[in-house]
Amino acid sequence: MLCHVASLAVMAAAAQGSSNATRVVTPGDAGGVVISGLRKSFGEVKAVQGVDISIAPSSTVALLGPNGAGKTTTIDMLLGLQSPDAGRISVFGRTPTDAVKAGLVGGMLQVGSLVKDLTIRELVKLVAGIYPKPLGVDEALQIAGIADIAERRTNKLSGGQAQRVRFAIALVADPELLVLDEPTAALDVEGRRDFWASMRAVAARGKTVLFATHYLEEADAYADRVVLMARGKVVADGTPAEIKARVGSRTITATLPGADLAALGALPGVSAAEARGDDVILRCTSSDSALRALLAGFAGAFNIEVRGGSLEEAFIELTGAEELAEAK
Amino acid sequence: MIAINYARYDVIKTFRNRRFFIFAVGIPLILYVIFAGANRNVKIDGIPFPVYYLAGMASFGTMNASTSGGAVISLERAVGWTRQLRITPLPVWAYMASKVIRGYVMSGITIVVLYAAAVLSFNVHFTAGGWLLMTGLILVGLLPFMALGILLGHLVTPDTMGPALGGLTALFAIFGGAFGPLATTGWFHDFAQVLPSYWLVQAGRAGLTHVSWPAEGWEVLAVWTLALGRLAMISYRRDTGKA
Repeated sequence: MLCHVASLAVMAAAAQGSSNATRVVTPGDAGGVVISGLRKSFGEVKAVQGVDISIAPSSTVALLGPNGAGKTTTIDMLLGLQSPDAGRISVFGRTPTDAVKAGLVGGMLQVGSLVKDLTIRELVKLVAGIYPKPLGVDEALQIAGIADIAERRTNKLSGGQAQRVRFAIALVADPELLVLDEPTAALDVEGRRDFWASMRAVAARGKTVLFATHYLEEADAYADRVVLMARGKVVADGTPAEIKARVGSRTITATLPGADLAALGALPGVSAAEARGDDVILRCTSSDSALRALLAGFAGAFNIEVRGGSLEEAFIELTGAEELAEAK
Repeated sequence: MIAINYARYDVIKTFRNRRFFIFAVGIPLILYVIFAGANRNVKIDGIPFPVYYLAGMASFGTMNASTSGGAVISLERAVGWTRQLRITPLPVWAYMASKVIRGYVMSGITIVVLYAAAVLSFNVHFTAGGWLLMTGLILVGLLPFMALGILLGHLVTPDTMGPALGGLTALFAIFGGAFGPLATTGWFHDFAQVLPSYWLVQAGRAGLTHVSWPAEGWEVLAVWTLALGRLAMISYRRDTGKA
């Protein structure tokens, strides 16, 4: 529940940010990011096999998928680091390379460390100097949560601190599109929470954000939309709620020793029933009908819980189905 | 402007890396002081050894300083910094120009330190015009070595950069006559004359009025600069997969 509140907050913040956006939006800027028919192979490995994604300006989109799903390859092409075998990418009406040259894109790559022998402030300043209209260096340090260690040398940082410096480097560009490839990979739980708090501040400025992750909770909590990838393809695309709804079911769990599973499975609104020890788990097409019938027919049921489908279930079901189709 | 801004940090970085700095400037200085000191009364071709050797060590030291940009490039590629820069609007030329500026700053320091040692310890004197001509020609003569550094930076990984740079500059220095003339006639002398390092050493001797700087010097340096620059560009493109 908390998760939904958080994602609503992000959406609200993003919406507010876009209406307050100070930057002039020219016709060429419209359309956000459009990726169509994207393909890329490395020898025999088909990393990306026909990906279509469109991202509305000022929205936050999560690219979710297991390792090897093609997320990083897609992001590399979006940033112009690799050229696609087929398909096209438009970033605010420009090619990726032109968008990067125009300073519209900021990115945080998955791999890569920082140059040594500079302080954090110097490094962020160096990068700010490359952009036409950078954010203030202090502001970027502030948002990334490293203002207090700004004078520290880049070779004396923990993994989490280095990650925040890389975030500050992406931020200081003040880009319209911020692309983050597994931004929280090196962070601990607390660091992750802080990081996403910073991200909300960025989304609130009306920026378009695309982040790749394999943490379901992050996609669920912080994205307006989730694009689920598996084996180089998009297997689902929608709001976290829509994706969960695609798997359909809520589940009811109850403690009911010696339950008659066949009878439970036949209850209205129940699609399947299984037992786990003394507990029964009912997968529901309609949890409302199922719960009424359960209470009416099985007076001995206690510890009753109704849960919405988790994104994790959706993830496993959707990426698993793909795997199954692949095998056939 | 963008290149100068970036170069500022490249230079700061180099100064902070004390060990690198000490070796880069210290080794030519130590070699100069030891050999010029031991042979202070010797004359080669009628030139006092401390004067003769100053040109050799100035060219050797600045050659090292110039090519060391390659080590920086190689390292920045290896740690992924170059990739990070590729998703910024920094033009490639500005990145390379920054390494060249850094190379010139390092070379300038090397030259000043060696000149100071020559004047203070060995009483070497040229006219003001002589010093300027010699310095100016050395700076031009370094261009092929800047290009060589950029080329190696895109070809060689950091773990092999030490021997690659050290070996190549040593060969260039030896064949170019930085440590002393290898031959004054014959095919070996002819071979030496097509090396950029030969002309770099000659540049270092231009402070003496009776050393000439013919058109051939410009030609050899121009050809090497263009050829190595072209190769550096090809290696850059191959490295990044950009056409």
